[in-house]
Amino acid sequence: MSVNRRQFLKIAGVSTVLGLGGATVLNGLKRGGLEATQLSPDPRALTAKRWGFVVDVSKLKTEADYQRCIDACHNIHNVPDHGNPKDEVKWIWKDTYEHTFPTTTESEFMNKELKEKNFLLLCNHCDEPACVRVCPTQATFKRKDGIVMQDMHRCIGCRFCMAACPFGARSFNYRDPRPKIKIENKEFPTRMIGVVEKCTFCYERIAKGLPPACAEASNGAIVFGDLEDPNSEARKIIASKFTVRRKPELGTQPSIYYVIGGHENA
Amino acid sequence: MLEKALYGSKRYWTWIIFLLAVIGVGCLTYLKQLNEGLGITGLSRDVSWGLYIGQFTFLVGVAASAVMLVIPYYLHDFKKFGKIVILGEFLAVSAVIMCILFIMADMGQPMRVANILLHPTPGSIVFWDVVVLNGYLLLNLIIGWTTLGADRKGVKPPDWVKPLIYLSVPWAVSIHTVTAFLYAGIPGRHFWLTAVMAARFLASAFAGGPALLIILALLVRKFSKFDPGTEAIQAIGKIVTYAMFANVFLLGLEFFTAFYSNIPGHMHPFKYLYVGLEGHTKLVPLMWTSSILAVVSLVLLVFPSVRKKEGILAFACISLFTSLWIDKGFGLIIGGFIPNMFEGVTEYWPTLPESMITLGVWAIGFLVLTVLYKVVIAVREDDTAVEH
Repeated sequence: MSVNRRQFLKIAGVSTVLGLGGATVLNGLKRGGLEATQLSPDPRALTAKRWGFVVDVSKLKTEADYQRCIDACHNIHNVPDHGNPKDEVKWIWKDTYEHTFPTTTESEFMNKELKEKNFLLLCNHCDEPACVRVCPTQATFKRKDGIVMQDMHRCIGCRFCMAACPFGARSFNYRDPRPKIKIENKEFPTRMIGVVEKCTFCYERIAKGLPPACAEASNGAIVFGDLEDPNSEARKIIASKFTVRRKPELGTQPSIYYVIGGHENA
Repeated sequence: MLEKALYGSKRYWTWIIFLLAVIGVGCLTYLKQLNEGLGITGLSRDVSWGLYIGQFTFLVGVAASAVMLVIPYYLHDFKKFGKIVILGEFLAVSAVIMCILFIMADMGQPMRVANILLHPTPGSIVFWDVVVLNGYLLLNLIIGWTTLGADRKGVKPPDWVKPLIYLSVPWAVSIHTVTAFLYAGIPGRHFWLTAVMAARFLASAFAGGPALLIILALLVRKFSKFDPGTEAIQAIGKIVTYAMFANVFLLGLEFFTAFYSNIPGHMHPFKYLYVGLEGHTKLVPLMWTSSILAVVSLVLLVFPSVRKKEGILAFACISLFTSLWIDKGFGLIIGGFIPNMFEGVTEYWPTLPESMITLGVWAIGFLVLTVLYKVVIAVREDDTAVEH
């Protein structure tokens, strides 16, 4: 909260200076300072036509391996921990094969180990996102690079996107999230009650040339890349191994691929 | 004309004060919700719509049902509906107002509601629902008020109202079709993904709305000197009967497709609602109550000689209305969320604050309805005085 106020005062201060001193003062300040960083992209920024993940859970050996990916995301994005499933907010989480692929290949005789194996779940950044189609305010939208974004300032909290998402990827702030953030990351905004949020593919990190937080923390279990680029690492894995997506029959074209069976079965 | 609502008996004012008290409690609870968030409701990450959206959906149907009086009277010159059609139009007004309030109550950030118009999104069904609902409210207010005003002066309604009346017919169908599209176009929610959704919505609307109107007409006759007409009430009873059979038939189609195809995703919500799923049975008693009431109402309605008795007709209408209120105002929405997207079951039940806010909205609806009906009754009672 204090950070917002501070940022506000900073901007208010800069605007006042601009208003009072005009062009001279602007030149006196760092040339193009505040505005230019927003308009021209960081030269280090990672770009793609369609971002996607390939998740190979065989590389996640222990509980701690999963938790590291989840914490990496939730800590930097100020995801609150309400401690109950009703008000829960989550951007990335783990669940069993059965729950991850309820309509795909589940059978009573399948390999028990795989059936009970945990998978990492997150927003699929679909190419045909149902959530974007139903949003009445364009608060959720698809960027040119395939990332499905959420504008928490425009969201009216109608929760239509939550009804429409076939992957349960979206969370609503049923209660004030701010008191439930363990350690606030001042670099990333916090949210208010009554808005929907979800994974944003770490847009703020790739804009600075950094990999998404979960991928970075995954020890290679999560590979991110451009699905439109045949030479990207992600595409090479998809071309060479058996991968599945969640609920492909619904036609939303998820951009998250899961390697099934690990490397030895490929 | 509105000043006529300011003069009433002690009973009238007691009723108004009672409604205001319920509204007051509802408003205070709503302030709590604004402050603390929708966490005070029973809603969750898995069941993200509940009582509010259910009531909204149900009341859109009540609003649309006015067309069941408008068509016979204005398109087929069925004169017996002459006195009662205004009751239908004003019922629509109060129902749409409740719809809008329920949407507002459900919104996480209601102060941002203007974003829907500031960033119009024709691809979103919500955008169209806002357009058609507000349009329908306006149409019924203008039509009802103008025709009643003309009636008071003992003249014919002005000619410019006629096109609006004709427009209100397809418009009524549109509000419920668009509302059905909110659900019927969502991938991954098997319970809602059905082409007969809009048809079922219209059938249940044309049964439930007129059933409520019969109850209201009988009350109006009991408590005032204005008689909406025995034959009119019986004619509406016939409409209710046909529409309810159509509704139950359409529900039967849903059951057939789900269970004969034997596709688990299609069967699960029905199983959850009627027998329980994985030991979760919270809605089962409610859904069976709805089914039994539906059967009771149909048995009483189907024989003309039975439904001629107004006491029985009233009982049948109350049963039918309650049945549909449970089925459409609750089960239909919750069933869409159970099982969840991971084939797990998270149950839902409204909390006390949520119920208070819901009652508050209903009280506002009844207040609007009472005031509008009071004006109608006053005008009509004057009419009879003149005739004598």
